[in-house]
Amino acid sequence: MLLIDCPWCGARPENEFRYGGEAHIARPQDAASLDDAAWTAFLYMRNNPKGRHAERWRHIHGCGRFFNCLRDTVSDRIEATYKPGEPAPQ
Amino acid sequence: MRFSIFSLLRHAIGGTPWPEQWRSPEPKAAYDVVIIGAGGHGLATAYYLAREHGIRRVAVLERGWLGGGNTGRNTTVIRSNYLRDESAAIYEHALKLWETLAQELNYNVMYSPRGVMMLAHSVHEAQVFKRHVHANRLNGVDNEWLTPSEAKAFCPPLNISPDLRYPILGAALQRRGGVARHDAVAWGYARGANALGVDIIQNCEVTGISRMPSGPVNAVETTRGRIAARKVAVVAAGHTSVVLAMAGVRMPLESYPLQALVSEPVKPVLPCVVMSNSIHAYISQSDKGELVIGAATDAYVSYSQAGGLHVAEHTLEAICELFPTFRRLRMLRNWGGIVDVTPDRSPIIGLTPVPGLYVNCGWGTGGFKATPGSGHVFAATIARGEPHPIVAPFALERFRTGALIDEAAAAAVAH
Ligand SMILES: Cc1cc2nc3c(=O)[nH]c(=O)nc-3n(C[C@H](O)[C@H](O)[C@H](O)COP(=O)(O)OP(=O)(O)OC[C@H]3O[C@@H](n4cnc5c(N)ncnc54)[C@H](O)[C@@H]3O)c2cc1C
Ligand SMILES: [Zn+2]
Repeated sequence: MLLIDCPWCGARPENEFRYGGEAHIARPQDAASLDDAAWTAFLYMRNNPKGRHAERWRHIHGCGRFFNCLRDTVSDRIEATYKPGEPAPQ
Repeated sequence: MRFSIFSLLRHAIGGTPWPEQWRSPEPKAAYDVVIIGAGGHGLATAYYLAREHGIRRVAVLERGWLGGGNTGRNTTVIRSNYLRDESAAIYEHALKLWETLAQELNYNVMYSPRGVMMLAHSVHEAQVFKRHVHANRLNGVDNEWLTPSEAKAFCPPLNISPDLRYPILGAALQRRGGVARHDAVAWGYARGANALGVDIIQNCEVTGISRMPSGPVNAVETTRGRIAARKVAVVAAGHTSVVLAMAGVRMPLESYPLQALVSEPVKPVLPCVVMSNSIHAYISQSDKGELVIGAATDAYVSYSQAGGLHVAEHTLEAICELFPTFRRLRMLRNWGGIVDVTPDRSPIIGLTPVPGLYVNCGWGTGGFKATPGSGHVFAATIARGEPHPIVAPFALERFRTGALIDEAAAAAVAH
């Protein structure tokens, strides 16, 4: 079980959270003007990297808020968590 | 050599060691087809390429040992009672091949059609399962509805008490479903492919996919050197996104750890496979006597090939509620595999945007059952350079056209 550092509540066990998939996938502003390929990429294509992954989590059994997290997908080690709107730490 | 009662007797009495069942060749400079990944699907593809299409200059490259991926880690549930027509076609094609696979390969894959029973715990679920039963029958796939007492008669240790937290309202049973020996499937296909001239090259990780300036693939880079190929087929399960990124192709896949565990061995107690989508549990008994239990995927993308203990614990709670007698069993070991999950829970099979590059992936939590059928139709696709009719609906294209094959319900429990 992961120990996840909610930016608002501090470190809590994984089962207080819900995973929200890859982070920083912005919904296109003007969806109607996209071609099918771009829309497919937004809806379905994922980096799914073996290594560093930026992902969303939601503290559903806590403050209820979304935040982002940098985790290594091989070791599962969490490098950082940060608030929505903030850029991913380098 | 062929296995037969006589060869068994001769080796048993004579004590002579069995010969190696496949060679361990050095990679050649070039092949007609290079297959990346020696799991069941990759090996079956190689076997059918050689056997049905006469394409024998084939190499199967494996970063670890053959069958060491999900093929050797899965809980071996086989069934074909999927909802959609497209799915019924491919899984039923596979089920028919399972029925004669041991004879075809002259290798005992221990296919045991002992019945797969899926429990319904709510009115909604009962209705959904009945719909499945009807849809399956229209497709010529056996599936039948059982009342709770009929389910108990088919599987005596099952607890059908109305006092259960999630009482059993009935079950869907596919009698032709069952289990097989996972390693034997990989070994049988490896042995068969080897005998037809296919090179199986283990400890050979693909690190790059090389393309001509005009676009088509022409070689792979590996830890054992560069290998030229006219066609390259990626059958790398959990690592598909990583391998296809080498050719600049993005995939609609996410890789998750999926776990299973086995108990200490006991005498035969469980005659069939029992699964429950809503409380997430499934269980069968191996021929060694161990209870084989499948847990869920972890919540997040990972290549750790392990899983959280709380995930396995959750499944065990459900198992103990359904089978109170199993409460006192000790668990012997648990492990994980990395499964490649698609948005609609159906596989992706066929061509890619890169000429000469083929993919067979996205089987997620439930592709063992499809192994023979998948290899068979994928080989035809590679040989002809166009999709076999059964795989056509499973093209990568479907995420652009929107013609998804939604099996989220069928795949709700990870099997
Ligand atoms: C715990 C668990 C339980 C399951 N239970 C069931 C079940 O009951 N029923 C069912 O139908 N399915 C089940 N599945 C799913 C099933 O195991 C898979 O869908 C199926 O085995 C996939 O077969 P494959 O040959 O495509 O993949 P794999 O057997 O994983 O083979 C892929 C191979 O590619 C190799 N590879 C990856 N990258 C590279 C590279 N760069 N170079 C060279 N080689 C590479 C890997 O090492 C691996 O051996 C389960 C899976 C798990 C993990
Ligand atoms: Zn919080």
